[in-house]
Parts: sequence; C-alpha cells; structure tokens
Amino acid sequence: MLTLGRSKAGARTPRVSRRSFLGGAAAATGAIVIGFRLDLKNPARAAGGPDLSTVKAMPNAFVRIAADDTVTVIIKHLDMGQGNTTGLAAILADELDADWAQVRTEFAPADAALYNNLLMGPVQGTGGSTAIANSWFQLRKAGAAAREMLVAAASYQWKVPVSEITVERGVLRHAASKNEARFGALAASAATLPVPQEPRLKDPSEWRLIGTKVARLDSAAKTDGSAIYSLDIRRPGQVTAMVAHPPRFGGTVGRVDDKAARAIPGVLDVVTIPSGVAVIAKDTWTARKGRDALVVVWDDSAAEARSSDAILAEYRETAKRPGLVASERGDPAAGIKGAAKVLEAEFIFPYLAHAPMEPLNATIERAADGSYDVFAGCQLQTIEQAVVAAILGVTTDKVRLHTQWAGGSFGRRATPTADYLAEAAAIVKATRGRAPVHLVWTREDDMTGGYYRPTVLHKLRAGLDAKGAITGWQHMVVGKSIMIGSPFEAMIVKNGIDGTTVEGASDTPYALPAYRFEVHNAREGVPVLWWRSVGHTHTAQAMEVFIDELAHAAGVDPLAYRLSLLASAPRLSGVLKLAAEKANWAAAKPDKGRALGIAAHESFGSYVAMVADVAVETGKVRVNRIVAAVDVGIAVTPDVIRAQVEGAVGFALSSVLRNRVTLKEGVVQERNFDTYEPTRMSEMPVVEVHIMPSQAAPTGIGEPGVPTLAPAISNAIFAATGQRLRSLPLDLTSLRGV
Amino acid sequence: MLKLTVNGVPHEVDADPETPLLWVLRDQLGKTGTKYGCGIAQCGACTVHLDGQPVRSCQTAIKDVGEAKVTTIEGVSGRVAEAVQGAWRKLDVVQCGYCQSGQIMSAIGLLTDNPKPTDTDIEGAMDGNICRCGTYQRIRAAIHEAARTLA
Repeated sequence: MLTLGRSKAGARTPRVSRRSFLGGAAAATGAIVIGFRLDLKNPARAAGGPDLSTVKAMPNAFVRIAADDTVTVIIKHLDMGQGNTTGLAAILADELDADWAQVRTEFAPADAALYNNLLMGPVQGTGGSTAIANSWFQLRKAGAAAREMLVAAASYQWKVPVSEITVERGVLRHAASKNEARFGALAASAATLPVPQEPRLKDPSEWRLIGTKVARLDSAAKTDGSAIYSLDIRRPGQVTAMVAHPPRFGGTVGRVDDKAARAIPGVLDVVTIPSGVAVIAKDTWTARKGRDALVVVWDDSAAEARSSDAILAEYRETAKRPGLVASERGDPAAGIKGAAKVLEAEFIFPYLAHAPMEPLNATIERAADGSYDVFAGCQLQTIEQAVVAAILGVTTDKVRLHTQWAGGSFGRRATPTADYLAEAAAIVKATRGRAPVHLVWTREDDMTGGYYRPTVLHKLRAGLDAKGAITGWQHMVVGKSIMIGSPFEAMIVKNGIDGTTVEGASDTPYALPAYRFEVHNAREGVPVLWWRSVGHTHTAQAMEVFIDELAHAAGVDPLAYRLSLLASAPRLSGVLKLAAEKANWAAAKPDKGRALGIAAHESFGSYVAMVADVAVETGKVRVNRIVAAVDVGIAVTPDVIRAQVEGAVGFALSSVLRNRVTLKEGVVQERNFDTYEPTRMSEMPVVEVHIMPSQAAPTGIGEPGVPTLAPAISNAIFAATGQRLRSLPLDLTSLRGV
Repeated sequence: MLKLTVNGVPHEVDADPETPLLWVLRDQLGKTGTKYGCGIAQCGACTVHLDGQPVRSCQTAIKDVGEAKVTTIEGVSGRVAEAVQGAWRKLDVVQCGYCQSGQIMSAIGLLTDNPKPTDTDIEGAMDGNICRCGTYQRIRAAIHEAARTLA
C-alpha cells in the first residue's frame, strides 16, 4: 500500500500473491489445516520463538499520510475493546514523530502476506494477548522508515543535509534555513523514495508517546453513536436473516413447515442450511417473527443429549484412570507417601459463554463480478476468509473482509470454524447472492450457540514435610481440548496434549521438588473455545488456591510461602511484592468476616498479582477492593493497561460469583442475561492497578488480568471465614458469615 | 402509518405497531447508535429518552410512543449531555463501546434529575446498564466528573 501522500479514496491494497499455506482443501468449515509453529505461550521469550526484531520495514503497509496532514495507521488486528488500536498507533506514531492529534486508524484488509500475526505464523488474527507484542518492532520500523522518507524528501526539497532536519509533532524543520513543512506537504514526494530497510529506531529516552497517557482514539466515536459495529452495517438492498438452530449440539434439521413464517408480511424467503433454518426478511423484527413462526422437527440422533451433571460424573470416573503426562519430575507418589501431611482438593469449572455485548452477526454482499464483501468483527481473518471462500466456491482473493469495531469478543469471534461467518455464507449461497445478507443472532442465539470455555475438572494431591515443605504434587486435569480437531491442532497439540488445557499448571513457576501433571481429553459433543485467558481461567484457580491451602497447612504467611517457592521467577515475585505492598498486606488482619487474599499468575508472558479485600456474610460475598500489580514489559499505553485490568475484574467477577452454562438433556438452560447475569455496577469493586517499570519487550494485557481474580477472592474468603471454596462459580449458598 | 418524532424530526413509519422502538430506530430510521443487547430489558444497551426520560427501547412498542419525543444518542444535546460525553472522553471510559450509548443515555437522565448524585444514586440509576467489558469504575468516575462540570 504505497500510499504516502494519497488521499484515502485513492488508496488501494495491491494484490499480493498469497502463500499457499491453506492448501486447496478448505472444502468445508473446519477443514483448514495450518502447518506452522504457533508461539502464543510467551511472546516475549526469545528462546524458540521468532526473532521479531528482524521483521522488514513496511511503512507502506502500515501508515498512510494524506495531503490533509492526517496520519492513518493501518491496524491489522481486531479491536474488541482492548484498546489495541490506540496502542498500535502510538508505537508507530512515536517513531514517526507524528502529532497525536493527527493520528487516525483504519482496520487492515485480510492479507496474510502483509498482515499476519508474527506470532501466529502465516495467520492474520488476534488472540493470545499478542497484538502489541508481535507488532512492536514491525510498527516501530514502519514509523521510523516513514519518518526517514519524509526527512529525505525535505532534504531534497530544501537542499540541506538530512542530519540538520528535525521532526517534532508532525512538523519537519531546518533551523538554519528556516524551512518548515508539515507531513502532509511532503508525503507525496516521500512516497516516491526507496524504503529504508534498517531505519534507526529511537532510544527509549526519546519516546514521546510510548509510556505516556495518550487519549484513546476511539473515545469520541464510541460516545456519540457514530462508531460502526458490524450489527450497524446497512448495505443497499440488504435483507436480514435469522436462523433457527437445533436445540442440541450436533442436531440437524429434520422436517420444516414454513407456511406460517412465509405468510408474515416482509418475510422474503426460508432456506435450510447446514446449521439450521434461515428466515430471510426485510428487517430484523420481521425476521424474528418469521423465525418464531417456523415449525421445525429436529433430528437429534447424533446430538449431545447429556446433562452437565452427567458429563461431570463421567469426568470424575475418567480422573481415576492414568492420563497423558503433560509434565513430570521426580517421584511425587513417593514424596506424598512419606509426607507428614497430605492435602487433596477437587476443583470443578462450568462451561462459560463469552456473551459479548454485541451478539454475533455478519453481513456478506455479492459484487457484480462474483466476488464478495464481508463485514464483521473479524478476528481470525485468514481462516474466516478461507472458510467463506470455500462455502461460496471462490478463491480467497475473491473474498474481501471489512473488519469492524467489535462489541466485545473475549475469544468468541476467533472461532477456528468461523461458525457464524460460515452460516452467513451458507445463506448467501442458498439465496444465490441475490441481496446482501445481514445475519443477526439474538442474545439467545449467542448464549446457546456453544463454543464455551470448556468444563474442567482438576484433582490435586500434595504432601508436606514436618517443616511445611512440599514433598510431591500430583495433578489431574480432565477437560475437552480446544485445539484437537481445529486448524491449530498441528501447531499446538503435542503427543495428544493440548497446551491450552494445562497452561499455567504443568509449567508452574513454583519450585516443586517432584510433580506429575496428567491430562484426559474429554470427548463430549459441546463445542468449546478459548475464553479470555483460555486455560488460565481454571489452572490459576486450582494452582493459586491449592498453594494457599499448603501455605496455611504449613503455618506460613501465603505471600511468604509463595515467594519462598519463586526464587527463580523474579518477575512474578516482583508483582507479588508490589501488590502486597500497595495493599498493605503485612499489616492486614482478618476482621469480622473481612480479610485480604492474594494470588499471582503468569499468562501470555505477562505477570499479574492481585490482592482482594472481601467481606463475607452468610450466603454473600462483597468484593470491596482489588489491588493489582502487573508486569507487561514496557508499558506502551499505561492508561489502556490500567483499563484492561479494571475491565478484567469487572468481566471475570460474575464468573466467580454466579455464571455457568448448564445443559439439561443436552439443552442449554441459560439463554439471556436474566439467567447468565454479567457483573453490575453495584458489585464492582474499587480496582487499583500498579504497573511495574520494565525495559523488557512489551507483552499483552487483554487477558492476563482475568486469571488471578478468582483465587484472590477465594483465598480472601478463606482468610475471612476459614471456609475453603474451590470450584467456580463459588458456592455462596454454603457460605456462613463470621 | 405511525408518527414518531426522533431527535426533533417527525417521521412516518410503516411497521407493525407492536414493533419495538429499537428496531424501528435501527432498521428504518438508520439510528444505529442505539444498540441491541438482550431484547428483554436486562442490559440497557437500547436506552433512549422519551420526553427526556430514559426507557428501554427494546421493550417499548412503537404504538405506545404516541406524542412523546424520542431522543437517541445521535440527538442528545445541551449542557448535561455535553458534560457527560466530555467526561466519558476525558476519562477514556470506553472499551468495546457497544453498551456506552445506553450508559450515556442513562447517565444524562440521572444528572438531569439529580445534578449531584452520590455513589448510591449512581448505582440506582446505572445498575440496569450492563457493561461486559467492566468499565464501571470509570463510568462512576465520569458521572462524578460530569457533576463537577455542571456545578
């Protein structure tokens, strides 16, 4: 996109020949296989990961400077609220020495060659808290290269050496000759110059935006109603579709009686597609009325028809058998056998729905030349493009994705089957692309649509010697793998073990002398998916609550106990100490049902500790305050980091207190916010966020604020009452006040 | 044909009188700033003003709007609205932003009736507005900030 100096209207993405990594076999949804190494675990860790600093300088792909002096940063990621547009733009704008007021953003088209996530191999996508981490060098180099091109253009024009030209807040100056020009005036000539491949990057002391409070670039549009989400897309002639889905996962359409639906004025068509029966109407309300009038007999012969209780009972039986070994050291069984004290614990975790505020939806429009435009909150662009192309029978270059602001996601939009986009494409196919199709899911569709955080069982056993030292740790995890059967299986699943099932446990930083982490991959027919912080949503609770139990059994302060086991984990120890200090941990004493609890966890290369201040009454918990300390390396946009941790607390609190998705004979019982109620304002604790100063490469913060909340609260409840609640959501009915 | 006055502009609407105001605003009048979140008045994303009072447009049939003047996020104006939107921007309240039209409409309603709300007043007025991103701490701070501006 060599577009320095061109207006927005004139900017076109060049056709880049695509690597053929997707092969030709993307015949149906989910049939895509990606054979590439994926390193989401720790983006900042050099060992084994790609060297991100060697990325090419591609200013033309990432920045457009227009004659009107606007600087538009091209965002290759989805912004679902995590504020990455602001952070990514700040990285580039800093190296460019742009004025923050002239900076705009625009979502990139789907183009895996230009816009792949450098930590996802050849895939353009957003996840694993990698947006800032993978883009750090790429956007610095793009900004620095564009700056050098502007300086070179000024040098030619003013006939002065480049070394005498300064750039500050969007203005180039040559002091001696009193020459001065804004970016916009030089952009056209700069665009004709060669791209410097090794532009000089700033020393951290020269940063003006990175590390400061910059205003969010999306605040204005998101406070006056002008921000466009995909549910707001209105294409000329568009029709609205709503789909009746089978009530059980794996069910299919048996018989359809659509007479009553078709009789409703404004209902235009009814078509059966692989995922259900679609009613197509002139608008959303009519589509809904049409769908309500459908009579469908479902074929449940291949469907998952068990209740959640039955699935959990099976997990408990499974846990009795030896599993696949995810990691081991020494002989934990022998260590436990000779222990002075043995502790055992069981943790169960329910299915969780992501429930983003904007229910899933998409619009697909057929162009006159037989190509397609897709409007959605695209999160795995490369896969979504391939899935849509396969269903519509075209090559991927005939499918243009237009990524929109997403009204939340929490992982749900990054679905390897691209389920809702596949559904929209199937409707377009069934209606031969006659009109643009705007597929709308209701809240009930979204809640009952599956792709939940898996239900998981943890069983733990550990021994302590007479001095309270750990002698052995045995840990069994039973849950359905997210990755097995997905396009990412080849990358992530090793020897049958899906790293996302055990991450945060089998790689524990605690110095355990002997341990064994085992896994069983459960096989129920409920689709599961990553949910903001993925495996860490349950492993952090199991690890951090059980460590707390061991500390109490050893008679040692839970903070001191943790620190004694984290000598080789300085960054985790660092946030623990910082959070404890800021929460005045040392001086705090439980008082009439009120106490502090602490937890720490590493996820996605970021380190978080939280101290929860809770008050317990019979059947009730009030979380008063959360003091968080985070180490994300260089804090690119500190206020966005604080917002993400505040938000993670608000997001996760309802999953600690009440949220669960349950199945009754295969049918999801929670269908809307009345039975799956997110956190409300009156429940929101005060959240204090402290950022650890660091020179390490930046890592992400979209997810890492989630894992520590539940164990910090659980541990505080124990400190306040002596009652140990392990499973989530917490069983508040069992809680007695002090 | 039903008559509706939205943001000061009269419209004639051809729709089933039972249609929720939300879908007429979004699908017929192009006012997409008002959001659909739950359809059962649990989340407040669809909050608009009827004669200045916050209501859930997903549960308001157009036949029941009558002569009342409808105001959406696109049409809010005046001192209170400016104070609220300004505070939201100053404190960078938004994350995904999808619920924020509704939050702002509720906050304007609160501050119009009660220019100096306590935390309890704020919770009373705002508890019906869900923010799944969890921006509540900043919403609360922004309402206090707006109240200071209005004082």
